Amino acid sequence: MNTNLNVSNSEYDELISKKAQKSPIAKNIFFAFVIGGLICMLGQFILNQMLNLGVDQEKAATITSISLIFIGAFLTSINLYSRIGRVAGAGSTIPITGFSNSVVAPAIEFKSEGYILGLGANMFKVAGPVLVFGITSSAILGLIYYIFNFIF
Amino acid sequence: MKIGKQTFKIESKPCIYATSSIVGPKEMQGPLSNYFDIHINDIFFGEKTFEKSETKMLESCINNLFAKTGITEHDVDVILSGDLLNQCISSGFAIRSFDTPFLGLYGACSTFCEGLLISSLLHETNCVNQVVNAASSHFCSAERQFRMPLEHGNQKSPTAQATVTASGAALVTKRSIADNGIHITHVTPGKIIDLGVTDMSNMGAAMAPAAFSTISNHLTDTGRDINYYDAIITGDLGIHGSDMLVELFKREGIDISTKHKDCGVLIYDEQNQDVNCGGSGCGCIASVFSGYFFNELKAKNLNKILLVATGALMSPLSSSQGESIPGIAHAIAIENEV
Amino acid sequence: MELIIEYGKVFLTGGIICTIGQILIDKTKITPARILTLFVTLGVILGFLGIYEPIYNFGKCGATVPISGFGYSLYKGTIKAIGEHGFIGIFTGGVTATAGGIAAAVIFGFLASLFAKPTIK
Repeated sequence: MNTNLNVSNSEYDELISKKAQKSPIAKNIFFAFVIGGLICMLGQFILNQMLNLGVDQEKAATITSISLIFIGAFLTSINLYSRIGRVAGAGSTIPITGFSNSVVAPAIEFKSEGYILGLGANMFKVAGPVLVFGITSSAILGLIYYIFNFIF
Repeated sequence: MKIGKQTFKIESKPCIYATSSIVGPKEMQGPLSNYFDIHINDIFFGEKTFEKSETKMLESCINNLFAKTGITEHDVDVILSGDLLNQCISSGFAIRSFDTPFLGLYGACSTFCEGLLISSLLHETNCVNQVVNAASSHFCSAERQFRMPLEHGNQKSPTAQATVTASGAALVTKRSIADNGIHITHVTPGKIIDLGVTDMSNMGAAMAPAAFSTISNHLTDTGRDINYYDAIITGDLGIHGSDMLVELFKREGIDISTKHKDCGVLIYDEQNQDVNCGGSGCGCIASVFSGYFFNELKAKNLNKILLVATGALMSPLSSSQGESIPGIAHAIAIENEV
Repeated sequence: MELIIEYGKVFLTGGIICTIGQILIDKTKITPARILTLFVTLGVILGFLGIYEPIYNFGKCGATVPISGFGYSLYKGTIKAIGEHGFIGIFTGGVTATAGGIAAAVIFGFLASLFAKPTIK
């Protein structure tokens, strides 16, 4: 390296770790726990209402997912979900509302490049991997299950 | 004339005659708000896209420079400009409306000083009389190119910096054409320094070694010591990057903490503006120099400054491929002379 | 009282899953997009290993609302379809079980983009 720096990469890395501002981890965990938990409770509330109305379990679960996805999409479109995310972190990323947010956010943003190549092509820019790895891994493990249960 | 290992002494001493700055809404809430010429309240600046908004911002900034100095696009020999967007589209499209030759630059956030450096060398060849030097960045257009969609709800890392929405422009003149005593005396182009930092949320630390290298080589080449300058001003190291720079100098037994200022730290109020480690982007040093420091030079509150714009020469592509972040810094010595 | 306990379990389970994600983000610099992918895959794997089932029985929506629950649904759907349709179920089961959610995200995303504009925080 062409420099008068008397510091190696690993020394510098150590220096960074020593000096870098740390995440306020206790605060982050508190909000992730509480907001994540609350979103799940909201899901349970919707599910229970559906079950009380006599909807069968499977349909009720689907309606719950769709409702939460709607809520995530709505809060994203009124520019609120990003604000919640700043405080809640994983508490709003990991629930299904966060999945919705990661589909809707690029859709809104890439509309400026047109509906097809902008919105259409970029909608799954963030959430695409979730489908790719979710579907692929369930198919692979499904195959293993199939082999063990139907062939042997 | 080249002196030492990597510094050019600019004997023609071109003059930074006037500057112009324009900033967005968040920058106007910061502590330097009174120093900027124009502010825009709407992040879209009345346009349909963020890219168009940035283009209009840069164009307005240069028009304002013309209005302030009374010159026209025809009086300028060349406009040097750059920004962060792919293929420098903000600059290209902004300067499309001027009937002036254009040189597009890419030096990431070091672009403004890269421009001043090339302007100085053009003056040194005696080919030009008046050159305009500009740079811009826009939070939203940068965010969508380098990071996540704006409405995505994620937490910023505590070492992350926010791209400044701002443009700055400076008119560099031959002394016989126009002179206010503020001269460029030395320029030091930087080497690319990479100490293996890969964290895209920690650009300050990635660029600090480059700033260290350029500043220390500048001082060696010119035979000056740190006290020669009233201030050593870096572009966008942010709070953490500034700490790292001070630390690197401390290892050499030099204390620069009293001389060192960073535009990324100055432009925002760290306590109340939710920007983590401060501002970044080409527009950061461009607007803070054009707004604040140029004013200080004119008022003779500062007489000798070393302006060091720092840049991180990576792209989202290189980062996805696991590459580290190469840093660069260019230094411009600006002195008040009577 | 039963209801309070039920909601308490939901809150606890969902909260803990999100907390694990938060610790990963803060301690390892894993980006949120990777966290989502990691959790959905974990949901599938834990479903396969029979570990997610008891978590679901305890936490109900606390286990299904996080994205790991999406992975669990994918896996459960696959198994169910294999039982009903044999080999072809490997391909149809997962997406069928989660079709409502995926389609809802696409549709609401499209609709939202018609009127919403991005802004700065």
